[in-house]
Amino acid sequence: MNYVALKMLFGDRAKYLMLLAGLTFSTMLIVQQGSIFWGLMTWSQSGITNVNAPVWVTDSNINQVEEIKPLADTTVNVVRSVSGVEWAVPLYKGVQRARLRDGNYEQIALVGIEASTLIGRPGRVLEGKIEDLRSPEAVAIDQLGVERLGGPENIHLGTTFEINDHRVRVVAIVKTQKSFQNFPFVYTTYERALSVTPQERRKLSYVLASPVSGVSPEELARRIHEETGLGAFTEEQFGWKTVQWILKNTGIGVNFGTTVLLGFIVGMAISGQTFYLFTVENLPQFGALKAIGASTGMLARMILLQSFTVGTIGYGVGVGLATLFGLTAGSGGRLPFKETWPLLVGVAVALLLICTVSSAISIRKLAKLEPAIVFRG
Amino acid sequence: MGSAVSQNPAATLDNESTPWLVQARGLMKSFGEGDTRIPVLKGVDLDVARGEVLLLVGPSGSGKTTLLSVIAGILESDEGEVRILGESILELSQSEKTKFRRDHLGFIFQQYHLLPTLTAVENAAVPLLIRGVPKHDAFAQAEAVLASMGMGERLSALPNRLSGGEQQRVAIARALVGDPQLLLCDEPTANLDGETGHRIVQQLHDIGKQPDRGVIIVTHDTRIFEFGDRIIHMEDGRVDQIQHGQEAPV
Repeated sequence: MNYVALKMLFGDRAKYLMLLAGLTFSTMLIVQQGSIFWGLMTWSQSGITNVNAPVWVTDSNINQVEEIKPLADTTVNVVRSVSGVEWAVPLYKGVQRARLRDGNYEQIALVGIEASTLIGRPGRVLEGKIEDLRSPEAVAIDQLGVERLGGPENIHLGTTFEINDHRVRVVAIVKTQKSFQNFPFVYTTYERALSVTPQERRKLSYVLASPVSGVSPEELARRIHEETGLGAFTEEQFGWKTVQWILKNTGIGVNFGTTVLLGFIVGMAISGQTFYLFTVENLPQFGALKAIGASTGMLARMILLQSFTVGTIGYGVGVGLATLFGLTAGSGGRLPFKETWPLLVGVAVALLLICTVSSAISIRKLAKLEPAIVFRG
Repeated sequence: MGSAVSQNPAATLDNESTPWLVQARGLMKSFGEGDTRIPVLKGVDLDVARGEVLLLVGPSGSGKTTLLSVIAGILESDEGEVRILGESILELSQSEKTKFRRDHLGFIFQQYHLLPTLTAVENAAVPLLIRGVPKHDAFAQAEAVLASMGMGERLSALPNRLSGGEQQRVAIARALVGDPQLLLCDEPTANLDGETGHRIVQQLHDIGKQPDRGVIIVTHDTRIFEFGDRIIHMEDGRVDQIQHGQEAPV
């Protein structure tokens, strides 16, 4: 009877398209909004992921990566003294003001990394050499920096501009993950970062550390916290801490959650109602099938097959459209869009739920259906 | 072979009654509860012999369709017993009744109830598909039955492209394709013109006259009375009158 079920589904073109549209819209909305949300969350962690260090040490009351709570310079040595630390280096991180050649100002995220090891440098260099950061006035800027500070025609290797009235020179162009605040990343050495930023008693933003072989980053973070009282987090822990802070302190989670919920409800409502109408309008036919000898179980299987068939097609089309949106609107990192497999699995589960509930309403109707209705003219 | 109708609820069923296709005794059925309870069947006995075409006639509300539904096992009676092919159908579980209908009964409905998105041949093949017959074989058998009814040229037509008579022939083909022993027909000519109705009932009559087959037709259509071996007149939930046709099997 699978054949009959599918013919019934595809044969009623209007209802089939209505169902498909509802499920596609629902899938697309959830995937699109979910991907943008996760893209934003990824951007929010870019301050951590762009640096690529196993353990981050900072003030124990830190909330998130962009909330800088400066440490004493001696903190680096304190961390180095903890057993299980292979290396520990300082990191400067802060928002500064860059003055362009044309006189305009642009805010930048300045990152100062230790000159000798260059630990904390970006993963990918597009032009130039990152080692040239050790040369005088040297900075590396990311692709967003090139765009914001004047475009590729004005910003290239050798270009100079000012940070807080200190002249700097571009020696490398690097690729980074965009930040939540959308500031360009500018890398320089730790010492130069201190020299171009306003005078403060404490300027050390973070201490980056790595465990010796045999000690996990989690274990090292625990030891540092216990032995020094400082806040110490693995890269992943710090990332989640940042995400949690954003969800708790901004309306982003509620906004995206509401839209995703709306997509779910709309999908559920459209498909549930259409499926129910489809069943109700075909009640005499289903009654006839029951009278002829189709069991309720057989009819239930037919309904489930119809539901999951249109659900699968709707899922495919919806994910396809959302992906297309991500590829076009989000190309070049203009839009935070990160479509991950857990999201796709989650949407598939949501759609499965929509299809199951929609089917269950119809199946309940069919289970109660008396085949004797077919004899009532 | 013989046939009998009585209104004696005390009458007993003959368990060894191989000549009888259907035996019903003391069927009572009411709808509603309490003060609104309406008795529809008030103790009906009915026998249908093999090779018999039985017409159930009577005014609306006399209980014809309810009786047909109870005999088919798609409506529970309050009291009484029905045996079809020796099987006490009211004692079967729901799933057993469903299986029994699938294997032994054929249905023709006043409104045809063809699936609108299935072609004529697909509609006719439905009972075989329900039985799990492979699609190819089911379609081949349905095609043969439709062709024997003069529908060989209309196999691929959807119901909305068929005339009333053609739709009813598809419905008959659907009822016959599973080779049922008992055909239950509810007003099969109600929506047909005189000539088409006459031809359809002639086909039903020919089927019913085959050995080991039987046909029960609920009808208001006096034009087809000539085809009945017996005509049972129902009135107010009871058998009011029995009229024997010229071709009665006994």
